[in-house]
Amino acid sequence: MKPNGSFAKLFSVLFALFMLAPIIVVVGVSFTPTGYLEFPPSGISLRWFREILNHPDFIAAGWVSLKLGFASACVATVLSLPAALAIGRGRFRGREALQSLFLSPLMVPTVVLGIAFLRFLTLVGLNGTFFGLMLCHAIIITPFILRLVLAAVIGLDRSVEMAATSLGASGWTVFRRITLPAIIPGVIGGWVLAFITSFDELTVTVFIVDPSTTTLPVRLFSHISQTTDPLVASISTVAILFTVVLMLFVDRLYGLDRLLIGEGKR
Amino acid sequence: MAFLELQGLTKLYNHFVAVSNFDLKVDKGSFVSLLGPSGCGKTTTLQMIAGFTEPSSGSIFLNGKDLSNIPARKRGLGIVFQSYALFMHMTVAENVAFGLEMRKIDRSERDRRVADTLELVHLAHLADRYPVAMSGGQRQRVALARALVIEPELLLLDEPLSNLDAKLREEMQLELRRIQQEAGVTTVMVTHDQSEAMALSDSVVVMENGKIRQEATPFDVYETPTSPFVSNFLGKSNNMRAELISQTPDGAIVECNGIRLESDPVSLPQGPVVVAIRPERIEIASSATDIPGRVTERVFLGSQWLLKVETGLGELLVTRRNTGHREAAPGDQVFLNWDRRHLRILPVEQKVSRT
Amino acid sequence: MTGQRSWSLSAPALALFGVLLVVPLIMTFVLSFNSFDFYEGISNDISLANYKEVLGDSYFYEIFARTFAIALATTVICAIIGVPQAYFLNRMTPFWRSVMVLVTLGPLLISVVVRTLGWAILLGNKGVINTALTDFGLIERPVKMMYTSGGIVLALVHVMIPFMVLAVWASLQRQDPATEAAAESLGAGPVVIFRRVVFPQVIPGILSGSLIVFSLSASAFATPAILGGRRIKVVSTTVYDEFMNTLNWPLGAAIAMLLLLAVLVIMVSWNRLVERRYSEVFA
Repeated sequence: MKPNGSFAKLFSVLFALFMLAPIIVVVGVSFTPTGYLEFPPSGISLRWFREILNHPDFIAAGWVSLKLGFASACVATVLSLPAALAIGRGRFRGREALQSLFLSPLMVPTVVLGIAFLRFLTLVGLNGTFFGLMLCHAIIITPFILRLVLAAVIGLDRSVEMAATSLGASGWTVFRRITLPAIIPGVIGGWVLAFITSFDELTVTVFIVDPSTTTLPVRLFSHISQTTDPLVASISTVAILFTVVLMLFVDRLYGLDRLLIGEGKR
Repeated sequence: MAFLELQGLTKLYNHFVAVSNFDLKVDKGSFVSLLGPSGCGKTTTLQMIAGFTEPSSGSIFLNGKDLSNIPARKRGLGIVFQSYALFMHMTVAENVAFGLEMRKIDRSERDRRVADTLELVHLAHLADRYPVAMSGGQRQRVALARALVIEPELLLLDEPLSNLDAKLREEMQLELRRIQQEAGVTTVMVTHDQSEAMALSDSVVVMENGKIRQEATPFDVYETPTSPFVSNFLGKSNNMRAELISQTPDGAIVECNGIRLESDPVSLPQGPVVVAIRPERIEIASSATDIPGRVTERVFLGSQWLLKVETGLGELLVTRRNTGHREAAPGDQVFLNWDRRHLRILPVEQKVSRT
Repeated sequence: MTGQRSWSLSAPALALFGVLLVVPLIMTFVLSFNSFDFYEGISNDISLANYKEVLGDSYFYEIFARTFAIALATTVICAIIGVPQAYFLNRMTPFWRSVMVLVTLGPLLISVVVRTLGWAILLGNKGVINTALTDFGLIERPVKMMYTSGGIVLALVHVMIPFMVLAVWASLQRQDPATEAAAESLGAGPVVIFRRVVFPQVIPGILSGSLIVFSLSASAFATPAILGGRRIKVVSTTVYDEFMNTLNWPLGAAIAMLLLLAVLVIMVSWNRLVERRYSEVFA
């Protein structure tokens, strides 16, 4: 294939600039020594990062988000793994319907999911609880895990498992020693993607939190809705840094493109 | 009872007959090939022996035991899969050790047997490698070692050489035969490659449409095929429609496109038949008493020449050993003859339905 | 694997989805037919009053029209930028490609709230863009970009374009690179190759990317909420206000159900269209 010409290079540079601009601006603003938003900052100061420590509500929200992401990603993984094996392997009536159901949270507008969860949790008395929040997040992020695990399961050569069986391995041993190691990159990739999705989720969460379970995106959202100051920028910068570290880890492990396209090819 | 015995083995998928009433006896230590085109039921048969597919009816006996109610993992068979099915997350030694581990064989014994088997397949120096970093031929040997190390009563090979390139395949044929004989293990191989089947086996079972067409030594299936299908499937063959018009204890006479041909005596009723002659059995002679023809194409294959000759019988393929001279060129007039022993008279095939 | 085994493996996930997704959606559907009184709260009577109210009020028409106009504009711009970008991406050296993949897809993993905050800082009257333009003397008074549909579209393009690039790139990867060489050997120049050979083959990618971008834009919440505020309302922010501020849940549910219906209808008919048009060529 021929290399890109100068038009293509210019286009790509402008595109990259567009993609990075809002992120660069947020990070840049967070280092301002002044009390207002300025870009480029007139100096480099950690003033607004220290300021985070004076806002325990943001720190608490950050903790809730971390715990929520961790718990819901684990629940969704534990539920998705057997479901993916069944859908990827089985030839049974209702297989397509089952798959559509598990992927449906991607189809339904998030605001509809948000009010549906709100209505339900209110009626059963779980609204605003961490447990209710966690189950709702598990539903929203299941499609992300399921797609990756499904791709891994479908990409697996069945004769490898037959080989293990013929050598005397029981069903559970085959799963533990052969199947699971083969699909584990997909499972870990799915878990991380699910964690990040839960960590970033706003639209559904904003309906079903109460002050004690407010997540970081919700806290930031309600703050930004009223005012934008360097404090939200510095908190955002911390969140960006966290995501970048996770992202580089996943890119090494699984490939970011595979993770987000959800196809088992390379 | 033979060492491995299949009795009336049948597999139906809804109404499709994958394998029909399959009977086979395999002696201990011998190498049998199931040969046939894709979809002939050979892989299904192997899967039933392995225990991955349940027969619709019929039974399988190995060393006197009925395998029907024994699950795949308890059958103790060594299987080499077409894709090799190596455990990519384990080293070569770990792959080979897996079956011994499942048998709870203690570590020192396990290590010794893994080392011995890797020695047998000439891979001892690669024991700590991962399969990713290996060539197709090496992976094939790992798969073989993994199957052999458990000292199986029966070794099953599913198209074991089909993923190798042509040159490596020939090398591995010899190698596979050597390993099989050294290990002395009874072997059933599935293949669609007739030269592979002939090179490796003590006995070849030719299958078509879920049924056995012929079972014999490689030499006999090649030399005395009992049907046009078998004669065509193994090696090249010129098959022509003809009419059996007379037979005596001295020989038979058939008529093909108005030309009378003689053959050795056959036991077939008079009427339509198929006559078959191998391209390498046709001689090019100079006498005008033989069958005249005109060369239409000539292909040089290195060790031999391939000629297409248009004759009164139809177009005939003729192969000639390359003796360092140019063969007749397209357009040349030639005369063909053959020893009447080489002409096979075969019954006309009936098409069978599989549902 | 047998059917029974498959169902038992899926049972835990199925239970969660049944109880926490299917039931709540049905309950919300029912809720949209209930009535609401400011003093009495939600009552259980069933009527079409909420739908009549939404469909009979030009205020809501305007909101729905704005929402779909914003989604359409976002989709078109994403296609115009995303298609060439995916094409260039496919032709980059492996190193630059992985850099660009990171640049393109990385933002997807950063919270929309944070990304929209960035746009708010860029677009404000005293924001980065206006300040820069004023400093260079290009404008005298700041250009209004916050609280406009244009600003929302710009930020939504940023949020959605990775999906378009991914979809187009995936269809480019399925394409045989030799077809371009073949066209060139027959005398075609780069523009003709792109227009006659590459572009037709990626149309399915563009169409599926467009579908994703359109449906996500039509139901986007964070971006229009932050950049549009109370002034530029879209459907999802309207639903939010009904639920969290006005507390008229039945009316909010009716608006949400209409959004769901509209999105589903568009998705299904779009899929039909694509399948009918391209099933023969891309079997």
